[in-house]
Amino acid sequence: MPITTTKSAYLSGIRDGSPFLLVIAPFSMLFGILATEAGLSVFETLAFSVVVIAGAAQFTALQLMQDDVPTLIVLASSLAVNLRMAMYSASLTPFIGSAPLWQRAIAAYFLVDQSFACSYARYEAEPQMTIQARMAYFAGVVTPVCPLWYLFTFVGAAIGAQIPESFALDFALPITFLALVTPMLRTPAHIVAAGVSIVVSLFAAALPYSLGLLVAGIAGMMAGAQTERWLVIDKVSGT
Amino acid sequence: MIEDHNLWIVIIGLGIGSYLLRFTFLGIVGNRPMPEWFLRHLRYTAVAIIPALVTPIIAFSGDNGWPEPARLTASIVTVLVCWITKNVLIAIAAGLATLYTLLYLLG
Repeated sequence: MPITTTKSAYLSGIRDGSPFLLVIAPFSMLFGILATEAGLSVFETLAFSVVVIAGAAQFTALQLMQDDVPTLIVLASSLAVNLRMAMYSASLTPFIGSAPLWQRAIAAYFLVDQSFACSYARYEAEPQMTIQARMAYFAGVVTPVCPLWYLFTFVGAAIGAQIPESFALDFALPITFLALVTPMLRTPAHIVAAGVSIVVSLFAAALPYSLGLLVAGIAGMMAGAQTERWLVIDKVSGT
Repeated sequence: MIEDHNLWIVIIGLGIGSYLLRFTFLGIVGNRPMPEWFLRHLRYTAVAIIPALVTPIIAFSGDNGWPEPARLTASIVTVLVCWITKNVLIAIAAGLATLYTLLYLLG
């Protein structure tokens, strides 16, 4: 059904964003629990989710702070995990780049995996959408997703504050990372990137200031990009 | 344990940094095209950083720099379940269930 009015675009966004509740609620709750287990107060945990609003980067920062990694490396690594946001931003620009600056400034804050995925798919499918309808649709997707991210971080933090520290949750974070990264292995290039990163991280683990993490990350990134190039060249030349 | 002082530097630094990553193209770069090699590298950042973060934690989880059996098994179960079910939450639940069962059994 094509979107005709701004209001119907907003409602359509809410409809498309709602199924994500099933993922957002437990995931943000897990962050709340693990953050308070790591020693953060309920307020600090909630502030983390409101200010950063990016799951994987929040989990990364939490893990690294617990490992006493230097603050600069914590920031660099967590931001590296979040670099895909720049890619989302670049991908949406052709569709909503003509919206007023204040709207783009607000949309940028709410640019998360879910709002990107829904909006990009819808904008591509319906190129005739007006800029107002596009922004309304984006706001619609965000409406059920982001407030729930805050709310369930709070619920998790409140629960986590009750769990005794002796309850060994130290390995819940690594398990979360594995479950986060496995679905990303969509193409041979992604698998090569992860594989190179794994091997290099074992050898680079002895580097000072936890620099091994960045070294392995950069090596994996370059390996992935290079593999993609080879695969594309193969396809073009038909070999 | 995490120190207060560093915690707020990380929260605020990460907040500003993440916002800039989200805003730069949308707000400033606009429709100007970006070099292809740059976008190509961006695609692999998360899939490269997360394994680099988690591999040493698993590999050196036991004594003398070896993996601890319960944690290693739980990691493998998580990845396999995630690969098969394509469901992140079921994979986390399976991994945690494996971990606590084995930790209990291995004493």
